[in-house]
Amino acid sequence: MTIYNPPLQDIRFVLDEIAELADLCTLESFSHVDSDTVDGALAESARLMVDKVAPTNGPGDVEGSVWHEDGTVTTPPGFIDAYQKYVEAGWGAVAFEPEYGGAGFPWVVGLALQEMLTTANMAFSLCPLLTQGAIDAISHHSDEIQREIYLPKMITGEWTGTMNLTEPQAGSDVGALRAKAEPNDDGSWSITGQKIFITWGEHDMADNIIHLVLARTPGAPPGTKGISCFIVPKYLVNDDGSLGEENDLRCVSIEHKLGIHASPTCVMAYGDNGGAKGFLIGEENMGMRYMFTMMNNARLSVGLEGLAIAERSYQQSAEYARERLQGRAVGAEPGESSPIIEHADVRRMLLTMKSHIEAMRGLLYLDAANLDRAKHGADDASRENAADLAALLTPISKAWSTDLGCELTGLGVQIFGGMGFVEETGVAQHLRDARIAPIYEGTNGIQAIDLVLRKLPMKGGAVVSGFLDHMGALEADLAAAGGDFVGLGKALNSSLGELRAATTWFLEKSSAPNEALAGATPYLRLFGNVIGGWVLAKLALAASAGEYDEAFAEEKLVCARYYADSVLPLSPGLHQVSTAGSSDLFALDASQF
Amino acid sequence: MNPETKTLKRDVKLILDESDSYGVEYALQLVESAGGGTVTLVSMAPNNETSGLRTALAMGAESAMLISDDALVGSDALSTAKVLAAAIGRNTPDLVMAATESSDGYTGTVPEQIAALLDLPSVTFAKEITMADGAMTVKRQTEAGYDVVECPLPAVVSVTAGVVEPRYPSFKGIMAAKNKPVEELDCAALGIEPTAVGWAGGGQEIVDIVEAPAREAGEKIEDEGDAHERIVGFLDELKVL
Repeated sequence: MTIYNPPLQDIRFVLDEIAELADLCTLESFSHVDSDTVDGALAESARLMVDKVAPTNGPGDVEGSVWHEDGTVTTPPGFIDAYQKYVEAGWGAVAFEPEYGGAGFPWVVGLALQEMLTTANMAFSLCPLLTQGAIDAISHHSDEIQREIYLPKMITGEWTGTMNLTEPQAGSDVGALRAKAEPNDDGSWSITGQKIFITWGEHDMADNIIHLVLARTPGAPPGTKGISCFIVPKYLVNDDGSLGEENDLRCVSIEHKLGIHASPTCVMAYGDNGGAKGFLIGEENMGMRYMFTMMNNARLSVGLEGLAIAERSYQQSAEYARERLQGRAVGAEPGESSPIIEHADVRRMLLTMKSHIEAMRGLLYLDAANLDRAKHGADDASRENAADLAALLTPISKAWSTDLGCELTGLGVQIFGGMGFVEETGVAQHLRDARIAPIYEGTNGIQAIDLVLRKLPMKGGAVVSGFLDHMGALEADLAAAGGDFVGLGKALNSSLGELRAATTWFLEKSSAPNEALAGATPYLRLFGNVIGGWVLAKLALAASAGEYDEAFAEEKLVCARYYADSVLPLSPGLHQVSTAGSSDLFALDASQF
Repeated sequence: MNPETKTLKRDVKLILDESDSYGVEYALQLVESAGGGTVTLVSMAPNNETSGLRTALAMGAESAMLISDDALVGSDALSTAKVLAAAIGRNTPDLVMAATESSDGYTGTVPEQIAALLDLPSVTFAKEITMADGAMTVKRQTEAGYDVVECPLPAVVSVTAGVVEPRYPSFKGIMAAKNKPVEELDCAALGIEPTAVGWAGGGQEIVDIVEAPAREAGEKIEDEGDAHERIVGFLDELKVL
């Protein structure tokens, strides 16, 4: 079992300096939010995560959730108790609207709580995460009656939610789905079809599971334009809110996976006995559009998994590196065995992990704060700007962070050496768990396409250029601060130049999509890396200027310097790679691969 | 401990002592099962430090009294008990609940001293408390098992760690705690002479602080077919068998 120490000071620091929480709380919607309550919430939630959730992570991986012949799924030991406590404490409700029992706190505060939950146990965190997605869809698109029936219990977490999009032939291409919905006389719908990869589709932690199912109604147009979204509860809900008869749906199996073993990934069969009762959300054929409204939140949350799992691996690796004696470090006494943390290459790996983790946290919290401002900003213009920026940052948040999640948890294993490759130490689990995040919620390839073809051209390129200018403005502050900050500013500025040039190239290539698509992934990497450099420089400056202790400020400065010296110099190469074009990619016949 | 000042180091962020959390939880459960009543917290802490109290308020206590005064620096267990007793004496509680001992000072004497100062019966090491008709029945943990003790109210009872599972403050509880009253008091407000507490009033003196001796290496028993006998012999020697 591995311990988890929630990095409360770092979380609060990024909330203050990057998400600008104090400013966010001046908005009318957040006038009830104060700094002490945020601290109290973070600290108390952290305690629950450490005591109850984090200890379930290792055993959950070993035991996994178990499917039974009768279609039920049993979660690993400790999960029911941990979930119960999570629900009782109300941590899932913090960032939802007060109308249905939420506390109306900023999404970015919710994200901070979610970070700790995910770091404590990623497989477990997926249950509240999917519920959150379903809540989002219902609150945006359902009528008042549906909202009153489902939202209060889902916001507390007493009922959980799922998203049913994928079918065997319809993965990234959701438009290929075939599940059917036929109208019933009473206004409800009869749903039939099979869905796969349904996260937490069946389990024993909650009284009811509210499935959101995408299906086609009779005569619906083909492709994504003919998809409707239905609420299909496991147990139908009576008029008085009590649970009624069991719906015609069943979990027919769960997948055996590389990671997140405790999260039951279900094959769901709807309507084997005539049809599952479903209730249409909003209008027919609007399902795909509805999915897009929750996409920013969902993709941001998956990006957060990259950060969270890297943090868990980092904490464990740093601890191990301080204890494990092996070889004599340069300068150590002859005959002495040094802790491996004294070896330069191990330090390189640890600092790579540490600096990227802080950079990711900055990007993700900035994205979330912009989602808050997009919804609650003081005026139309500021809301629109924030929405645009969140739209730009979301694919980067998702793909950059989850790619890093895999790379950094790989470094964690490397630091452990052979002990990392065997399962007993638990550090391999993080690598296995991290590997799903670049795949689901839109593969990272799709995120890169979204970035170059959809997000860069927003407002004729004005959104992206505005953000690059915003990042560029930090250089003056860094120069004014003098000392090491001058160098940080120069490194940032030089990388921004590469990113600008690459961005111009992509904007010009919209007429030759394959050229742009070929380089989209390295371009997204470049973009993420540069944001990371900006975040770390900004944090280092804030730590030196604010009321932070010296050791903390030094830590931030070292991270920023290391990153500026070891990550930002990759920018010219990434620029070149991303603009290399597609000719070689298509030079071979498919059979030659 | 700080060997210079011979006091407990309390310059870090202070939190609710885990051993206290059992008392708080038990108090809340007693009020819940009685169907009424209130839980009031009494704490003595430096620098008007309320964060531990906030946690307990978030768990569900109604209000708190915090005694903080520079004159209290260096207070020993008895001085602490005098201060807490004076604060408790301002109300007329049915039951005063405490931990058996703090997890920093570890004297384990404060609850009994409070009882003596308030002239109340004292029951220690409670593992189960039931209340009825102005009296309580306590299962009191002993080395052999437990004693069943009956005691009239009001009384002071110390709760053994681990006998209940302290609840985690809910988010709603944290929000509610913001508006719960914390009365901040000093020695003057309690009518305590500054010379009667702190360094000045200490009935004991700490003459030296030394490191605890490092644990000595244990004895390894290699099994040559007689390991069980040697282990039994070893335990016998320790008189644990």
